[in-house]
Amino acid sequence: MSSAPTREVARRVFAREFNDATYTFKESDDERAPVYALLPTGERANRIFIVGTLTETEDIGEDDEYWQGRVVDPNGGTFFMYAGQYQPDAAGMLRDLEPPAYVAVVGKPRTYETDDGEVNVSVRPESISEVNETTRDRWVVETAERTLDRIERFEATTGDDGGTPHEYVAMAQSEYELPIENYRRTVVEALESLEDEQSDGEEPPEATA
Amino acid sequence: MTDLQTHATEIHEQFSDELDVSVEEIHERLETLVEEYKVPVEEARRSVTSSYLDDAGMDRDSLGGGGGGGNEELLVADIDTDEQWLDVTVKIVDLWEPRSDSIAQVGLVGDESGTVKFTKWATSDLPELEEGAVYHLENVVTDEYQGDFSIKLNRTTSIEELDEEIEVGDDSAEIEGDLVDIQSGSGLIKRCPEEDCTRVLQNGRCNEHGEVEGEFDLRIKGVIDDGDDVHEVIFDKDATEELTGITIEEAKEHAMDALDTTVVADDMREITLGRYYRVSGPTFGRYVLADDFEQLTDPVDPEATLIRARSI
Repeated sequence: MSSAPTREVARRVFAREFNDATYTFKESDDERAPVYALLPTGERANRIFIVGTLTETEDIGEDDEYWQGRVVDPNGGTFFMYAGQYQPDAAGMLRDLEPPAYVAVVGKPRTYETDDGEVNVSVRPESISEVNETTRDRWVVETAERTLDRIERFEATTGDDGGTPHEYVAMAQSEYELPIENYRRTVVEALESLEDEQSDGEEPPEATA
Repeated sequence: MTDLQTHATEIHEQFSDELDVSVEEIHERLETLVEEYKVPVEEARRSVTSSYLDDAGMDRDSLGGGGGGGNEELLVADIDTDEQWLDVTVKIVDLWEPRSDSIAQVGLVGDESGTVKFTKWATSDLPELEEGAVYHLENVVTDEYQGDFSIKLNRTTSIEELDEEIEVGDDSAEIEGDLVDIQSGSGLIKRCPEEDCTRVLQNGRCNEHGEVEGEFDLRIKGVIDDGDDVHEVIFDKDATEELTGITIEEAKEHAMDALDTTVVADDMREITLGRYYRVSGPTFGRYVLADDFEQLTDPVDPEATLIRARSI
């Protein structure tokens, strides 16, 4: 097989599921081996791609600039991202962008543990670009499809006749106790809000009786 | 000739240079294995060949797959293993100028599944292949470099010209996804001006020709990702101009003003990153060459996905 290093695929995930992905792991002992966040629907993610509304940017650094950005998906779920001196392009974008704006973000999942032992999940952006609403809508539908693919695979391997479970489904089952139904509901809500927005734009609102 | 005699003759041919052994001796050994020990013919052949390999101090690779049709015949698109011995039936699609005296011929061969690079070594002493002709090549070996496969013809390769036509597949691919990265080496670049050399200069130097006065060119090495798969895509000058709306003249001007060529790639990132595209074109190794592309800007309808989500 090919020995060329393969680039990690950018997973599509809504904020609710992403923020639940608190378990991280490596596939080898190598210090430089990629770190994966385990998505609760049973997939590993070393990179994600999100499109949403940038609602707030803030320089929270003390000496050096360290930018925090909040990106909100159609469910109101929030992705937190942090960019400092080692992500100069992304930090520059967060400095320059005026919220609210639709942004596309490619980035790596990062986790950190707070003083009270809670694990927070965030994004370390590789690139941020400003996009329009159709790109955002396309991302919502695409992310819904990818999430449903994962849910279907998860459900297929949890039945009694499931055979050998998928590697990351099995890992998610042992690491998390999260109801998968939540993520299906997230998908439905995201799509419904998209439908509402689209019909708002096309027709006058219906009169209420 | 009986089956065993054929095998004996073929084995004899493989070792006649290295060992003083007669066809009769080989036949006898095969016969013992097959008739007395009831070993299958192929296994007997393998066993006898192995013992001669030991005698001659050779390894199996130098023999190839054993000749005599012992290889798998593959379509070129199915080649996915390094150092595999196989047979192919291919048309010579393109012959290139060899860059080294050790190479007799180099170019592209193809069958209905696609094309693959081939190399014929000067030392293998094989007949000249002609562009457009179709050949059955027995005992070629695969090679892999950075994920790209090629085949090599060698001393043990047999070449038979066939009187038939092959419709060569074009390896074209159509992909759809988000442009998640524009890689280094994109934007305004300089290429070596030497004839037949189009290498991209690194700090004003060509790998082959040293310090040269480069010629400006535009290109994008992009990454399109659909959430399941990642594809690397190359946009040439025309495609890059169309994709970004930045002409090479404008790119040069901006680079000149900024005293920095990297500003061009930054401009391009701002215009294209994060957008969805459909790209089609021929594949070259792991790259898709963007012949045709469009940005996906039509509004998407969530209805079908919503039905799916509710039915789970």
